[in-house]
Amino acid sequence: MRFMPHTENDVAAMLETVGAKHLDDLIAHVPANLRARATINLDLGCSEADVVREISALAARNTGASGFLSFLGAGYYRHYVPAAVRAVIGRAEFATSYTPYQAEASQGTTQAIFEFQTLITQLTAMEVANASMYDGASAAAEAVLMARRLMPTRPVVALSRALWPEYRATIRTYLSALDGLEIVEVPFDDATGATDLSALDRIANDRLLCVVTGYPNALGIIEPLGAIAQMTHRAGALAISVTAEGIALGLLRAPGELGVDIAVGEGQSFGLPLQFGGPGVGFMAARLTHLRQMPGRLVGQTRDRDSRRAFCLTLSTREQHIRRERATSNICTNHSLCALAATVYLSLMGRIGLRELAERNVELAHQAAAVLEAAGIRRRFSGPFFNEFALKLANPLAALEAAERKQILAGVALGGDYPELSHALLVSVTEMNRGDEFSRLAAAIAEVR
Amino acid sequence: MASAGRIGPVAIPETPSTPRRIEPVAGVPLIFELSSEGRRATDLSPRAAGERRGAEIIGVELCREDLPGFPELSEPQVIRHFLRLSQLNFAQALQFYPLGSCTMKYNPVVNDELAALQGLAGLHPATPAHLAQGALELIARMEAALAEITGMDAVSLHPAAGAQGELTGLLMVRAYHRKRGEVRHKVIIPDTSHGTNPASCTLAGFEVIVAKSNRRGYLEASEVRRLVSDDVAAMMVTNPNTLGIFEPEIQDIAAALHDRGAMLYLDGANMNALFGVAKPGHMGADIVQLNLHKSFSTPHGGGGPGAGPVAVKKHLEPFLPLPRLKHSGAGYEFDTERPDSIGRMRSFHNNFGMIVRAYAYILALGGDGLGMASRLAILGANYLRKRLQPHFPSATGEPSMHECVLSHDLEKRAHVSTLEIAKRLLDFGIHPPTIYFPLVVPGALMIEPTETESKEILDSFVDAMERIYDEALNDPERIKNAPQTLPVSRVDEAGAARHPLLRWEKKA
Repeated sequence: MRFMPHTENDVAAMLETVGAKHLDDLIAHVPANLRARATINLDLGCSEADVVREISALAARNTGASGFLSFLGAGYYRHYVPAAVRAVIGRAEFATSYTPYQAEASQGTTQAIFEFQTLITQLTAMEVANASMYDGASAAAEAVLMARRLMPTRPVVALSRALWPEYRATIRTYLSALDGLEIVEVPFDDATGATDLSALDRIANDRLLCVVTGYPNALGIIEPLGAIAQMTHRAGALAISVTAEGIALGLLRAPGELGVDIAVGEGQSFGLPLQFGGPGVGFMAARLTHLRQMPGRLVGQTRDRDSRRAFCLTLSTREQHIRRERATSNICTNHSLCALAATVYLSLMGRIGLRELAERNVELAHQAAAVLEAAGIRRRFSGPFFNEFALKLANPLAALEAAERKQILAGVALGGDYPELSHALLVSVTEMNRGDEFSRLAAAIAEVR
Repeated sequence: MASAGRIGPVAIPETPSTPRRIEPVAGVPLIFELSSEGRRATDLSPRAAGERRGAEIIGVELCREDLPGFPELSEPQVIRHFLRLSQLNFAQALQFYPLGSCTMKYNPVVNDELAALQGLAGLHPATPAHLAQGALELIARMEAALAEITGMDAVSLHPAAGAQGELTGLLMVRAYHRKRGEVRHKVIIPDTSHGTNPASCTLAGFEVIVAKSNRRGYLEASEVRRLVSDDVAAMMVTNPNTLGIFEPEIQDIAAALHDRGAMLYLDGANMNALFGVAKPGHMGADIVQLNLHKSFSTPHGGGGPGAGPVAVKKHLEPFLPLPRLKHSGAGYEFDTERPDSIGRMRSFHNNFGMIVRAYAYILALGGDGLGMASRLAILGANYLRKRLQPHFPSATGEPSMHECVLSHDLEKRAHVSTLEIAKRLLDFGIHPPTIYFPLVVPGALMIEPTETESKEILDSFVDAMERIYDEALNDPERIKNAPQTLPVSRVDEAGAARHPLLRWEKKA
C-alpha cells in the first residue's frame, strides 16, 4: 500500500471524526447484495521490483521492437525523439496537472498549448488551431462533423479512397448515427496513386458537403491538394486535408496555402514514441470564420488584473461542460501532454531543422526507391511521394516473410485494406534508416519477387 | 500560510547579449519571442556528397518556401523555456489537488519508466502479431483484469478517453437495438450528469431526456419508470453520482430499464469509489466505461492523454469496436472480421502507453489494494465533509462516497463567491476543488481528496478553508484580490472570450 500514506493511527483518528468504527461502516449503505460479491479476485498487490519484473518480461517478448531493420509506416512513423522532449514531458508539473480550469495555477500548461496552437497554424498556414484531439483519425471525423455544422443541408461526404483506411473507418463510425449523410468514396488513379480528379469532378455539385484527402495519402503520394480544394470550392463545399506524417508539412506546401478549409492530422511524428499505436495526438486547424464550430479546447491570450500577459481556456461555450447536448463535440480530456511533446519537438526542430529533416526523409526514401528499382523492384504508383511508397510485388506476403527471416520488417502489405492492391507493399523510410539498409531490403525481397 | 509545494518565483525574461526588442511582458516569453534567425537545436548527420536536396527531388513547386515565425533556438534555450513554464503550474505531485470527479491521485513514477521500455515504446503498431506477443498479452490481461474489477463479461481498450468510451457505448446500444429491428431515439440522463453524457448522446444520434434526482440527491426508480418507454434506448447513470452519493436504487433502475428493453449505461468516471465495494456488472449495468487517468492512476497530463475502455455484458460483446483481440493456437492477434461491430473509433489499437501504466498500477495494488484504495478514498471524503461541516455544509444528507459536494453561505453573508474561494485557495498552495458542479447545487464545491493524500494534508486543507471563511467575513478584499502569490493575478477570462487571440503572430 505504498501509495497510501495512512497509518493505523490516522485511520483510527479519521474514523473517530466521522463517527465510524470500521472502514466498512462507511459503505454500509451500499446494498448488501452488491457488497457481498464485490471482492476483486486478482493477485495480491506486489512490490515495485515485482511490477518491473513482470512488465519487463512482457516487453521482452515484443521481439519486433528491436533488432530488426524497419520500414514500417502506414500512419505511424519512426522518427528520432530527442531526449529533451522526454525531459520536458516527464516533468510532473506538466504530467500530473489536469485541464487548466484554474488559469492562475496553469500558466505553464496554457502557454504551452497557446504555443502548440501557434505552431500548428504555422505548419498548416491556417488561422486557428485547437488544443489537440485524440489522434489523426478521430480528428478527421471531427472535421467532417464540423463541416456538417457549417453546412447542415449538404448531405454528401466524399472520402478519397487513398485516405488511410482506418481514418475512413473512423469517420464512418462517427457518422453512423447521424441522419441524412451519405458517404461517397472517390477512387484513386490506378497509375499515379492520387485521388482521381475526374471522379471528384463528377460529384462536385451542390449536394457535396466536404472532400477529405490524405496529404500525403495512404499510398504515400503527395496529392494535388490545390486542385482538389479548387474543385471542392467550385461546388461550394469544404476541403479537408488529413496528414498522418506531420514531418511532411515541414517541406510540402501548406494546406492553408492550397485553399484547404480544415486541416487535420496526426502529430505522432512530432516527438512521440511508436508505443504500439497510441497515444498519439490529433491536430486541427481551420479558418477564423469557422472558429465557433470548432470542437475541442482552445487557449487564448488575455491579461491579468495587473495587465500582465496571461493565458486561459476560452470560447468554452462551444464545449460539453457548458453547452451539454448542444456542444460542438463531446471531447473533454484530449491529448494535452502529447501536444506538449509536439510543441517541444517542433521548437527543437525549428524553422531550419524541420525542413532539413523533411528533406532528408525525401532523400532517403527516394534513394531507397532507386536501390530497389535497380534490383528490378518497381514502384506501384508514379505520383510524387514524400517518405513512403508502394512497391509492386507478385507476392507481398511472401516478401514480408522472406525479409523477416533476414531481420527486416519490410513494410505493410496493402492488400488487406485494398483488395485491388494485393500486389503492393507499402514501404516507409525515415531518418532512422541508413543508406546501407536499402540494398539489404532489396536483396531480401528480390528473392521472392 | 502554507508554503509547502509553492511554485517558483515569476520567471524573468532572459536578456540576450545583443540588444533586441522584447515586448515588455511579465512571465515567460513565448517560444517565438526567444527566436534568433539561424539558431538551431538539432543537427542531422551530414548528407552524402553530391546528393540532391529533397525539394529538388520532388520538385520545388510542391514545396513551401519557408516556415515563417517558426522557432529558432538552441537546445539549452528550449529546455530552459519549458522548464520555466513547468514552474508556473500546480500539479498533483506538488500540491493537494482535490478536483472533484477528476480523481487526482498519485501517479506512480515507475509506470512512466515501464511504458518507456524499448519493447513497449519502440513497438510499431503494424508489427506482425507474432513479434508483439508481449504487448498483446498485456492487452489481454488488462481486459481480463477490468472485466473482473467491473463484473462485466467483455472489455475493449480501444477508446481514447472517457468521452470517446461514452460515444462507443452509445453507438453499441444503438447497434444492439437495430440488430433486433428496433429504432429507439431517446436516452435518459440525470440532471447531475457530467456534460460529456448529453454531448455524447447527440453525437450518437439520441435525444436527451433529463431525469430529476430527488431532494436527497439521488435518482428514484419511480422517476425512471415514469420516463422510460419503448423509445428509450438507454439511460446513462454515473455511480456514485456527481454529488458523491451511491445511487441506492440503481438495481431497481436497471430493472425498470430492462423491463422496457432499454440498457443501463454506467458512467465509470467515479469508479474510484467502487473497487471491492460494488461492481457495475452486479448493479445491472450493460455497459460501463472507465477512465484510466482517474481511477487507474495514469497521468492527467494537463488534459490527457487518457484512455476510456468499455466493459460490456455478453449480449453487447458482438458490437464492441474494432479491432478485437483474439487468441488462437498460435497466440494472440487482432480480429477485424466482426460483422456486428460498430467499427473503429480511432487509428490502430488503443492508447497502449496508458494501458501499460494502468496495468502496472493494478499489479502493484492487486485486488486487495484496490479495495483498500476505494475505502481510504471514501474515508478521506467523509473526513473532510465532517470537518468542514460547520462552515461548508454538505449539499446532501446522504452518505458520501469518494467525494463530497459542499455549499456555503458566504455569497449571502459577505458577497464572496465560490469562484473567489477557489482563487484564494491557490494562495494557500492548494488546487481548488471542482466548482459550480454539479449544476443542481448552487455555488458547489466538489471535493475529491483521493486515497493518496495523508491526514496532515487533509487537515491543512481544512485549516485553509476555515481561514478563508473567516477572511470572507472580516477581510473580504483579501479574497476578492486573490490570488496574490501566483505568477499572475486574476486572469481576465471574459476578455479572452470577447477578443479571441488564439495564436502568436509575427510583428510585421
